[in-house]
Amino acid sequence: MTKIFEFIGKVSLFGFRVIADLFRPPFEVAQIARQLAEIGARSVPLVAASGFALGAVMTLHTRSTLVTFGAEAEIPTVQSLAFFVEIGPLVAGLLLAGRVGSGIGAVLANMRVTEQIDGIESLSIDSFKFLVVPRVVACVIAAPLLTLFMDFSGLLAGFVAEHAVSHISFHLYITRAFASLDWANFIPPTLKTAVFGFIIGTVSAYFGYTINEGAQGVGKAATNSVVLSSLLLIVSDVILVKCIAFVFAGTAL
Amino acid sequence: MNHDNRTAVSLECVSKSFGGKNVLSDVSLQVAAGEALCILGRSGIGKSVTLKLMIALLKPDAGKIWIEQDEITNLTEENLSRVRRKMGFLFQDAALFDSLSVYENLALPLARLTNKSQEEIDFMVDKVLRQVGLAADKKTMPSELSGGMRKRAGLARALVLEPKILLADEPSSGLDRITAAEIDELLLQQKTERQTTLIVVTHDVRGARRVGDRFAIFDQGHLVCHGTADEVERSDNKTARELISL
Repeated sequence: MTKIFEFIGKVSLFGFRVIADLFRPPFEVAQIARQLAEIGARSVPLVAASGFALGAVMTLHTRSTLVTFGAEAEIPTVQSLAFFVEIGPLVAGLLLAGRVGSGIGAVLANMRVTEQIDGIESLSIDSFKFLVVPRVVACVIAAPLLTLFMDFSGLLAGFVAEHAVSHISFHLYITRAFASLDWANFIPPTLKTAVFGFIIGTVSAYFGYTINEGAQGVGKAATNSVVLSSLLLIVSDVILVKCIAFVFAGTAL
Repeated sequence: MNHDNRTAVSLECVSKSFGGKNVLSDVSLQVAAGEALCILGRSGIGKSVTLKLMIALLKPDAGKIWIEQDEITNLTEENLSRVRRKMGFLFQDAALFDSLSVYENLALPLARLTNKSQEEIDFMVDKVLRQVGLAADKKTMPSELSGGMRKRAGLARALVLEPKILLADEPSSGLDRITAAEIDELLLQQKTERQTTLIVVTHDVRGARRVGDRFAIFDQGHLVCHGTADEVERSDNKTARELISL
């Protein structure tokens, strides 16, 4: 039990150090841009493809149920609410944890094992600011943007699946999709993924940066990064959903 | 202990252990400015640890370490950074950043730690790469370099900030004799042309004799002998005599 609390303390301090170092010069703009391209841009195909597949499957499932009640006109509404409120943010976060979390953990652990981090320190460069902070910041920025890709590709796939069956027009589908969608069901759930990004970046970087084992520790760091960041992401989602419902009472779902 | 202007590096009663295992016990050592000290000893007796303590990549459990006039064991990050700028470190496996080209590896510290213009950075990088014989490979990625070339690139990165003190961890390990001799020659060149203080950890006695003015022999975590080649050869310590005459 003591070890668990010790671990939570260490990861929390690591996260606080990221926030503190973020506002201390030099500001690693070039490194952040580099990581944003690596973490964000290269995740777009995975997220968009997953969103499209999920959107199509979701429409196929909900259609059969809603038709039973004669409510097939509500399919676009259900699709948009489901994606914007929960499916988009959560699945995008989990995909990011899988693709990026393991990458950050493995890359930093490999740099530690091969003395590259010592090499950076020996050159009077703050390795934490240079390697960790840009990765966490890139995760925080990339997560909401990737969530938008997930949301809209899911909606597009929903339209394609629905159009194939009912020949609904794109205009009508979009009108119905956004008719019941309040800003409170779009902005806060999308922005909450910035917290997911912070968790993924911090946890993964912690495992990679602080590794003190040999080569076998690299794989371990990658696995631990994905497992713990996914778990914390789901737990934080529960808390954030409650917070959003409390702050936007009456409008947020 | 005397820390005058002639002393580049000084260790005073330094001890270090890992997981209960004593790696260094009560080591005291002084290296004069412009001198070349070679540290010899069997594998796993704390030679590389000594170098990492000197550049504060590790902290000693006990004792004090001076780099010129700065005692570094309790320095703030900012002051430590200032002290490290006097030093260059050639890692055993070069420790080049594998996501950056050879040029970028060398330009990174210049761009971040100096006010040099892009033209000056290019000039400096080209100059150092020419010195180590890698002028044609500046766009090459570290993974595409041979062992000897990686060592040269690592040495170039260690030299690019023109350090007053150069620490080299096994500069000739894994290299053939000719390449190892070329690396030794580059180290000597730094010492003679720029009066750089050299501290070299090595198993290569032939190379050590070529580069070193004095020798420190480590055995079981202790500094057992310290002096010129002749003094070590005449030492009472059997391990020291054996190591220097291999």
